[in-house]
This record gives sequence, structure tokens and C-alpha cells, in this order.
Amino acid sequence: MSAPALSADAVSGLSSARFATHLSQRAYLPAWWLEAKKDAFNQFNALPLPTRNDETWRFSNLKGLDLSGFSLPEDPASQIPNHTRFPQTAELVFSNRQLVARSTVPAELAAKGVIFSPLDEALQQHGDLVRAYFQKHPAKLGSEKFVALNTAFTAAGAFLYVPADVEVALPFVVQHTLTGDNVAAFPHTIVVLGPRAKATLVEFFISGGASTERQLAAGVNDLHAAEGAQLTYVGAQHWSANTLAFQVNSIVAERDARVLSLNLHLGGRQCRHESNSRLLGPGAHSEMLALTVATGAQEFDQRTLQTHVAPHTTSNLLYKNALLDTAKTIFSGLIIVEPDAQKTDAYQKNRNLMLSDTAEAHSLPGLEIQANDVKCSHGSTSARIDAEQEFYLRARGINPVETRRLLVAAFFEEVLEKLDNEDLHVALTALIASQFKK
Amino acid sequence: MSSLEIRSLHVALASTPDKPIVKGLDLTIRSGEVHAIMGPNGTGKSTLSKAIAGHPDYVITSGDVLLDGKSILEMEPDERARAGLFLAFQYPSEIPGVSIANFLRAAVQARMAEGEELDATAYYKRLYSKMDLLKIDRKFTSRSVNEGFSGGEKKRCEILQMAMLEPKFSLMDETDSGLDIDALRIVAEGVNTLKGGELGVLLITHYQRLLNYIVPDFVHVMYDGRIVKSGDKSLALELEAKGYDWVKNELAAAAVA
Repeated sequence: MSAPALSADAVSGLSSARFATHLSQRAYLPAWWLEAKKDAFNQFNALPLPTRNDETWRFSNLKGLDLSGFSLPEDPASQIPNHTRFPQTAELVFSNRQLVARSTVPAELAAKGVIFSPLDEALQQHGDLVRAYFQKHPAKLGSEKFVALNTAFTAAGAFLYVPADVEVALPFVVQHTLTGDNVAAFPHTIVVLGPRAKATLVEFFISGGASTERQLAAGVNDLHAAEGAQLTYVGAQHWSANTLAFQVNSIVAERDARVLSLNLHLGGRQCRHESNSRLLGPGAHSEMLALTVATGAQEFDQRTLQTHVAPHTTSNLLYKNALLDTAKTIFSGLIIVEPDAQKTDAYQKNRNLMLSDTAEAHSLPGLEIQANDVKCSHGSTSARIDAEQEFYLRARGINPVETRRLLVAAFFEEVLEKLDNEDLHVALTALIASQFKK
Repeated sequence: MSSLEIRSLHVALASTPDKPIVKGLDLTIRSGEVHAIMGPNGTGKSTLSKAIAGHPDYVITSGDVLLDGKSILEMEPDERARAGLFLAFQYPSEIPGVSIANFLRAAVQARMAEGEELDATAYYKRLYSKMDLLKIDRKFTSRSVNEGFSGGEKKRCEILQMAMLEPKFSLMDETDSGLDIDALRIVAEGVNTLKGGELGVLLITHYQRLLNYIVPDFVHVMYDGRIVKSGDKSLALELEAKGYDWVKNELAAAAVA
């Protein structure tokens, strides 16, 4: 027995009437896009909410998936926090689903064909390009209902296209801010790197108001690296402490492409993150990284899939959680090696640093190997803070909060040092440190 | 002028509080003085220094430790450090992922008033001058604390921290162990430079060798959890010549008499 589908009409702020308005306001966009939205809205209504019997939702707090009362924010906020003070190529800033600031792509890059624009603009000017990559490889790790909700209502989004052989050193930045009580955001980002292109995109997801503001965020990414491309994606999440958040990454790497994705999870009440890497051509590599600071009663629920489709592909997943108070983390990861994917080299590791006896870390690693000449391993560890290290820091006069901050920073360094951008490293370290201020 | 007074101190392991290790120890150290505590292994020297620093494995069952007349026993380890105590560890912890620069910066920042910002330029200037003094390569600032350091590097790093944090009193736990003569000379030079000021030092050592380089004002012999003999630097030489059995035999004779 599946649970009854939660229809959007039960969620008044996201009702059929509200959806009709949302569509009518976008009549200027391509017909395929509006059809996709309609289909998605119907799909959202038809799909059941997750139940206890769903393996993909094992250990998750299903009662927390309460969408009632949320509606679309009407106006952007007057004050917008800024987390992006590091050298960048261009930036898009959204507040409450509306573009409020942008810096344009330098003329030299624009002349080479680089596109970095709000999704709406990209749909109008490069509709076929967007269509070719939009949800081309959906992640399908359990949050299909919420992905459908994203497609139906997405308004604020970013589209980055870097053509063949163009390398961009400084990051592109997207910032999504949500301000207000009972409001929802549905960001969608599409990144397409052409053959041998190189670029970095950094996304920030931030709440602008009080930490008690109840919010819903359901974000989706399509990240595509063509042959020989090098893509770095960083998603830094710092929603309000009362946010229900979903974020679903779809990563595709073609022949000899390298994708590094790093997701930083700090905010939210209950956060579900799904990431699926598909390695489609020989030599493709996906580096899947995540850092989580789980405090209070936060729940972080991370589900991953490394799909090796082609031979000679590699993937390396390292998810690190620091748990405090009564926080809870769930990591469930699967490596699938398809029959043709001989010589696959795939690793998956989840490491938990327990800073509290009442925190809870669940780890569910898995392998599904259909080829016979592969190297795969997975593992999970949970450890407490080293008492001698803690005493050493305290004996130098460093207080307990700062001691924890340093030891968590030390634990995270193995992941952060994989970023080759020092300014970004510093910015993320500062953002993590802000979780330890008393 | 500061003072560190250890009064009738009794210390045990927190796991076995009924088995005392330090069994009634009295000692007063004043600013600028160097006191050496010598004694055979297992006599409670390291326990004494760790307990004073507030290590959670140890419990002080009776007695008191006063810094400038005020008991420190209710203070957390970090409060004791900020009050002016420094423990130079016998076995310093390795902390992969925390650079020396960030670690020392946090420790220096911890001593500043709330809201006061650290002057990064002045901080690095001071750090580099202390590193030069201790002949530590400046590249070390970006290395993780003690990770992969040789024994000598670890001990020099302890002295660097002491130099940066400028404590009132330093408890140096077997700082000489594992050092070759060159490293020992550098470490001693560092300590001598600091004690030229107001620093009071409690030097815990098993060997007389270190005292050739850091000349103590007082030498105490510790045995079975107590100080059994005190004197000036000549006592260390006498110990070196006669061995610890000399003290043991003297004690045994006293017990019979």
C-alpha cells in the first residue's frame, strides 16, 4: 500500500490556481518549457509522499516532510546577506525567486560564446541549448516528487554554458536568498561545459531573515561536462534553522571529463541531498565531496549514486559529517558498475566526527557490480574527538567552542584542500566557522 | 612579581582516585626562578605537571595550587592557560589539518579581549622573529601542528608556543627527552632568552644533562610522590655522580633511624 498522494491543492500556497497564475505569467517562454512544467505539476500531484517502506527513505524523518502552509514569496527582500566576497568572473543574485543583482560576463568571454544568465533569459535566447540538457539524466534517488515540484514552480535559476576549449579561471557565482515566513524557493541550475572547457560554479543558498523563519527549498542541478572538460561545482547551503530543504544534483561526465562537486551543508531543519554521478565515457572521473556541520536537532539526509557506465572510469566519494548536540545524519551511497564498465575504479567513504553522545549517524554504503574486472571499495567510520588533541588545544588557552571549531576544521581539511582555489577555500572556512560562534 | 604555590598536593588518576601518585608535594616558584625537579621514572613528575595544567585524566584529591594567591583548581584547562600557565608537553599531540599559524593565531586570539581584532601583520612579524630565534624554518607555519615532526622539531615547536604566549609560569615536562645535543642547545637558548624576563620555570627532567644548558636556581629530588631533597644546582651534579639509589638509601636509613 502506498500512501495517498499529497495533491498540491492540499498545499494552498502551491495550489492548481497558484500554478495556473505561475504559468500565465510565463507565457513568453518556449512552449516545451511550459509543457514540462505542466507535466511536472501533474507528476507532483500523482506521486505519493515517501513512506516507511521506501528503502530510499530509510531512517529519514517522514513526519518532517510537511509542505502545508508554504507559498511563493511575492517580493524580493530589501536586505540581502552577501557570502560571496572573493574574486569571481560573474554573479547572479536572486532574492525570493527574483533576480536582484547581476554582474555581466566579461566581454572577452562573451565573445568566445560563454553564457551565464538567469534561466528565464536563457530559455528565451538559447531555448534549444537549455532543452538539450534540462533534466537529461534525472537523479532519481527518491525525491522525484520534490524534483517535480521544482520543475513546476522554478523561476529563479541559472544557466552556465562554456563552449569548447574555453577555460575560465575565476568562479561563476549564484546566490539564492529566501526571506520570510512560510515561503518556498525552487532554484534550478544548469551547467554545460563543452569539450575541454574548464570552469567553476559556486552556489550559495541562504536565508535572509530570522533563523526561526519556516521555509521550504527544493533545488535541482544539471551538471554536464563534455569530453575532456573540467568542472568544479560548489554548493554551500546555509538556510534558516527552520527550513525543509531538498537539493538534487545530477552529474554527467563524458570521456576524460573531470567533475569535482563539493556540497557544504550547514543550515536547515531537515535537509535531503541527493547526488548522482554518471560516468559515460572512458577516462571520466567524478570527485563527490560533502561537508556537514549538524547541530541542534538538525537532520541531514544524503543519498548518492555513482554510476559507472563506461570502462576505465573512476569516482571517489568522500562525505564528512561533524555531529553535535542531538543532530542526526544519514548517508546512503551506492556504486553501480554496469556490465560494460570494466576497469572501473570507484571509492566511497563516509566519515562521521561525533562531538556529542546524543547525536546519531547512520551509514548505509552499498555496491552493485556487474562487471568482473573492477576496483571498488566503500567504508564508513565514526569517531569521537581525540581527547589528547582536545587537551592540547585547551592547554594553549583555546576555549571549548573554538577548540571544537579547530578540530572540525582539521577534520574537514582533507576535503577542502581538494579545491584549487585558495580564496574559495578561505570563504568556505569562514562560513563553516560561523557555525561555531556563541 | 608572580608566584605559583603548590600546597600539600595529592594527585591520582581519575580512574583510580584511591591510589595516590603525588602524595603531598609543596613547592613555591616565583617569577624569574628556575626550579628543576629530578627523579627516577614513575615517581609522579609528569603527573604533577599534567594535574596542574588540568588534564582530565587526573584528579587532585587534596591540597591546592595557587597562582598569585588564587586557587586554580576550579578553573578549566584553557582558563588556567589564559591565567598564565604553560605546559610544555613531553609528547605533544599531532593535529593534522590545523596549521601551526592558525593554531597559534587561535591561542593568541584567545588572550585578547572580546571583539578585539588580531593585527595579522604584527602577529606574523612576531611569529617569524620567534621562529628565527629558535631556528625553525618559516615554512613550518603552514604545516600541520606536530604532524610528521621529528622529536626535536616537536620540542622546538613547544618552545615556540611558549615564546608566543608569554606565560607567567612554564611547566616543562621532560623537554630534553629525545633531543640530540644541537636541538637541546637550541631549546635551552630559547628558554634562557625567555627566562631573562619574568618567566618562572618548573623543569621536569630525568637527566642532569639539560641543566648544563638551563641553569636552575633550585633543584628538587622527587621520589614516591614527594619532594625528598632540595638544594642548589650542585645537587643535580651530586645526583648525577651518585645516582638515584643514593637518595633511596638515604631515605631508607632515615626510616630505620
